[in-house]
Amino acid sequence: MRRALAVACLVLVLAIPAAYAVTGPERLPDPQLEARAVALQRQLRCVVCQGQSLDESNAPLAADLRRLIRARIERGWSDAQIENYLVARYGDFVLMKPPLEPETYLLWFGPFIVVVIGGAAVVAAILRARRLARAETPG
Amino acid sequence: MTGELGQLALCLALALSLVQAIAGLGAGHTQSPLAARIASHAALGFAVFVCVAFGALVAAFVTSDFSILDVAQNSHTLKPLFYKITGVWGNHEGSMLLWVLMLAIYTVLTVLGRRGGMRLTSAALGVEGLLAVAFLLYILLASNPFLRLDPPPIEGAGLNALLQDPGLSFHPPTLYLGYVGLSATFAYAAAALLTGEVDAGWARAARPFLLVAWCALTLGITAGSWWAYYVLGWGGFWFWDPVENASLMPWLVATALLHSALATERTGAFRSWTLLLAIGAFSLSLIGTFLVRSGVLTSVHSFANDPERGKFILCILFVAIGGALALFAWRAPKLESGTAFEPVSRESALLLNNLFLTAAAATVFLGTLYPLFLEAATGTRISVGPPYFAVTFAPLFVVLLMLVPFGPRLGWRRGNLQSAMQTLAPGLAAAALAGALALAIGAPRSLTAAAAVALGVWVIAASVLDLRSRSQTHALSLHSFASALAHAGLGVTLLGIAGTICWKSEALEVVSPGQSIQVGGYSLQFDGVSAVAGPNYTASRAAIEVRRNGTEIARLAPEMRSYPVEGQAVSKTAIRTTGYSDLYVALGDNRGGGRWLIRAFVNPLAPFIWLGGGLMALGGLASLLCRLRLPLPRPVLAPAE
Repeated sequence: MRRALAVACLVLVLAIPAAYAVTGPERLPDPQLEARAVALQRQLRCVVCQGQSLDESNAPLAADLRRLIRARIERGWSDAQIENYLVARYGDFVLMKPPLEPETYLLWFGPFIVVVIGGAAVVAAILRARRLARAETPG
Repeated sequence: MTGELGQLALCLALALSLVQAIAGLGAGHTQSPLAARIASHAALGFAVFVCVAFGALVAAFVTSDFSILDVAQNSHTLKPLFYKITGVWGNHEGSMLLWVLMLAIYTVLTVLGRRGGMRLTSAALGVEGLLAVAFLLYILLASNPFLRLDPPPIEGAGLNALLQDPGLSFHPPTLYLGYVGLSATFAYAAAALLTGEVDAGWARAARPFLLVAWCALTLGITAGSWWAYYVLGWGGFWFWDPVENASLMPWLVATALLHSALATERTGAFRSWTLLLAIGAFSLSLIGTFLVRSGVLTSVHSFANDPERGKFILCILFVAIGGALALFAWRAPKLESGTAFEPVSRESALLLNNLFLTAAAATVFLGTLYPLFLEAATGTRISVGPPYFAVTFAPLFVVLLMLVPFGPRLGWRRGNLQSAMQTLAPGLAAAALAGALALAIGAPRSLTAAAAVALGVWVIAASVLDLRSRSQTHALSLHSFASALAHAGLGVTLLGIAGTICWKSEALEVVSPGQSIQVGGYSLQFDGVSAVAGPNYTASRAAIEVRRNGTEIARLAPEMRSYPVEGQAVSKTAIRTTGYSDLYVALGDNRGGGRWLIRAFVNPLAPFIWLGGGLMALGGLASLLCRLRLPLPRPVLAPAE
């Protein structure tokens, strides 16, 4: 049943692509699916803009991709499938949240390392200051 | 004629800044009064000629002198006078001249202020002179705004339409006032290291500059965020865009420096760390200038397109940062930094503040520069966007904000946590109440929003309680308001961010005239679009009737402006604010047959984001005013206590 629906959607989309492109308030009627689409487009980058997500870009390409995401969601694609499809086309560059790979270990763990090392330095400084304070005023 | 005048003034300014550098550093070394006087006079002369050069460029823009390349590329006769003037810094060459103009202003203030004694001031002037030499050489050799064009075109190419906006006109000067203000703190820190006068004197001398710079950075970032909010048309206020990050990094480190310098001035603690922060803050503002100005952000490859400029700035960067760090490494070991304090004390609180602020700055640094390094090293292109900062930067700030209220309540050297808790307890109750209320009436229900509201109210309430507690023991001075205002501002901004992100309602619809859109309790009736002509643009202006519970409360007119010269379309949003919530309407594209795409948002608490920024700057201003009213600090040449 679901597959039949998906096929029907696909046929519909393929049959009237031009109409689909212009009918678009870029919104899906089902609020749950729409919420999925919005969440997805916040995680994806407009590849022709400087630092904007698909959610907040005025570029025509971003508008096309917003419609593409909705078309795929209507066809029953999962979020991961849509992401993978876009990564295959545009590379990791399209992901606003870079994947955790050996290449990005430093990026992801860097802040943590800074806090740990800095925290250790702060503790050491406080302990030294306490030692000095205790030495000044014994007891 | 103006072009040649400007060019000549730049050359003279370069010569005088060279004199200023040599005489200043010499006076710092030999303590010769003559050299000190020469440095001061050369500095004033340098400032005069920079003003002449800047005035010449403004004159060229105002008179639309298209025989000057910079004017031809960035101006147009039809542009309103206001944007002809602001166009001066709306381009690379002009903005670098603005940078040097700001440097000249701070140099004059250094001369007139004479803070910290003759030797320290002279050495600081010397360092400022070196910076002036570097940047003037860069302007004259690689980025000259006075280059001529032969034959001159009849008309100019116009200014990027996004910049033709009152909000963005004052954003760059304010931001530069902040960026370059950090050069004064840097100069004093370097002077302290050069002369060996590394006690608290330099920090006292540099504090007014630091406060001016910090206020300007705060206002500049706030203005930039406000601009992004109403110009980009999507209701967003911060995009973690590299250009924004470039201004946030110096702000974070300057904030850490403000706090650590407090301890250095008061008890002599953290001397070497404060010096390092002063170097770091200005280094980051140089890196910010480099990032924004070299084109390296769009792609590492665009850096290679204009290698001369990029390499030049990179050289300045390496010499300034490397030189200062080498100086620090040489002198710092001689700094005896053993200050005694208890684990529960103002000093410990300031250390934690510095830990989280520098870690936050490091996170922004990684997120901004990692993609560049990765692409340069391996060719892989990645994006680091809001989701990254949400899981790295946000937790650091949450912890910082939880701790903020304790700092002002703990005494120097030995604090009393119990009495601090007693003072702050009502704040904890207020925070819990506000969080529960947010959970109960906030729609949609959001635990994140409730937690953020509780945290914001905690910080605000603590500031009020701090003031109340101080007023009980002694009369409130301007000084007590400084930290209370700045800290409360943080809380207010957090409330705004939480409300806008978690409780935003939005509608995106294509409508025909007569149709309505429902969003967040408002009904927006679209009454069609009319064509409007501006001085150098044409606009489609929508007429929208706003109703609430059936009664008309406002008419909004969002526009889509099209600038034919620049070939750009810019949306002009219409915002109706109640002070605690924004109704935000943007006109999208024409879908034919009188039908238009309209985006509407209701952003609860959005105005608080910028209100908080303003409060923070006010706090800085209060601190600056009471600093200026105090008598000048004792000359450093006198024996220290």
